[in-house]
Amino acid sequence: MALIFDLAVQGVQMLLVLALAPLLTGFVRKVKARLTRRRGPSLIQPYRDLVRLLRKEVVLAENASWLFRVVPYVVFAATWVAAALVPTFAAGLIFSWSADLIAIIALLGSARFALALAGLDVGTSFGGIGSSREVMIASLAEPAMLMIVFTLALIAGSTQLSTIATFMATGDVGLRVSLGLALIALIMVAIAENARIPVDNPATHLELTMVHEAMVLEYSGRHLALIELSASLKLLLYLSLIGCVFAPFALAGPEAGLSAYALGAALYVLKLAAGGFLLAVFETSIAKMRVFRVPEFLGAALMLGLLGTLLLFVSRGL
Amino acid sequence: MDKFSFDVAHMLAGSLVLVSFVQLYQDRIYALLNVFALHAFVLALSVAWQAYVHDAPHLYVTALIALGFKAVVIPVVLHRIVQRLGIHREIETVVGIGPTMLAGMGLVALSMVVMLRATPEADPLAREDLAFALSVVLLGLLLMVTRRNAVSQVVGFMSLENGLMLAAAGAKGMPLVVEISVAFSILIAFIVIGIFLFRIRERFDTVDVRALDRFRGERG
Repeated sequence: MALIFDLAVQGVQMLLVLALAPLLTGFVRKVKARLTRRRGPSLIQPYRDLVRLLRKEVVLAENASWLFRVVPYVVFAATWVAAALVPTFAAGLIFSWSADLIAIIALLGSARFALALAGLDVGTSFGGIGSSREVMIASLAEPAMLMIVFTLALIAGSTQLSTIATFMATGDVGLRVSLGLALIALIMVAIAENARIPVDNPATHLELTMVHEAMVLEYSGRHLALIELSASLKLLLYLSLIGCVFAPFALAGPEAGLSAYALGAALYVLKLAAGGFLLAVFETSIAKMRVFRVPEFLGAALMLGLLGTLLLFVSRGL
Repeated sequence: MDKFSFDVAHMLAGSLVLVSFVQLYQDRIYALLNVFALHAFVLALSVAWQAYVHDAPHLYVTALIALGFKAVVIPVVLHRIVQRLGIHREIETVVGIGPTMLAGMGLVALSMVVMLRATPEADPLAREDLAFALSVVLLGLLLMVTRRNAVSQVVGFMSLENGLMLAAAGAKGMPLVVEISVAFSILIAFIVIGIFLFRIRERFDTVDVRALDRFRGERG
């Protein structure tokens, strides 16, 4: 009976991230629209888009190989699994032993690899530009992400997210400058990985500077729906990651009751809303940078992560 | 010493190192001056916290000196100098920002290794202070060698001195006389450098130090 309950909670988490992801995207778009004094589409517009795309027929390029057709499913599956592993409203779920930070990065990395291949597959110049830029950004963002993981793992003594979140929730952490550095670096990496504004503009198909949209330009129909859903899931994943590591309030424990789960879920939604709001404010207040300045931006993130790890060696208890 | 005060001291000294990196990252001269003021402000906070923790009132004077001279007077005067020299354009770095940052990380790692090996049984607060101070000093030197503009070299020199101040605050028992005289010698050095800046500009029509190399016949 207990096992069934645990499995059900894990299932709820998987469905919750899937259900909330488009809403989060819609919320960010809405806030951005309001900040620029437009009314903006309604909050549930992303769901409508997904349904519409699912109904439409798929138009394939003549020289698209099997890879092009498989990639959307691979990307979606990898991203969904990764997003479902991050503790959202509860820590210590039944599958949380596999919620290793490095495993999550590896899942996201495979998704990105598949997408970059698909961008190259059809052989259009836009897809090629998009893939090459995406890989350039990733080759800088991943080392930075790994440095952040090292910092967290050195502090918490584990790379398992649920253990880290429980450790952060206790008072043993204290005031650590390394954590602040890791937070800033993680935010920079998240912005770059999700193709948000200083690095890439998620709302355009018309610029020569686009990265993510250039790669998926050839997709249509249900394939595009899956890719858009994975992009939303990725945004949700990074926000939940930041939330569960740096703001682990009211995360329900392993043997919590329903009320604790409900409280955790309510707070989780609040955290997502706060994160989405801050993201929208940040995006409206900053201009997109040139593609060639992105390495500097991510280099700073890498530097912060490295500095955070180094500073740990002169701190207490290590 | 309890955990909390150690953590705060660690955080402030760590932020000083971070601001040093921010200085290395800036490529516009006004931004560099503003970050330098922030550097001095963080230093003042750090020294004041040490004064509170060690219960050493004379350190408050040091903090006040840092705050008054370095966070207010020197940046304002440097702003004026830059305005009068008319050089508020981009700084030319000798090497790019990426390699500079990597060199900086190497220097921080080096100073940690040296300090942790050299002081195994010292008081933990003094130990980490010394490690951070050495990093700040080395980063100041790095700023001086990666810039060509004389004003940014002055900023590098001043931030190097901030590192010395941090080390002095960490080592218990440095007399106030020494600190005040150091502060005044820095001020004198600053005035002399300020005069020199104008002399250099008068003579060479630029404050790019490559002009000096050329004058000595070192570079074609």
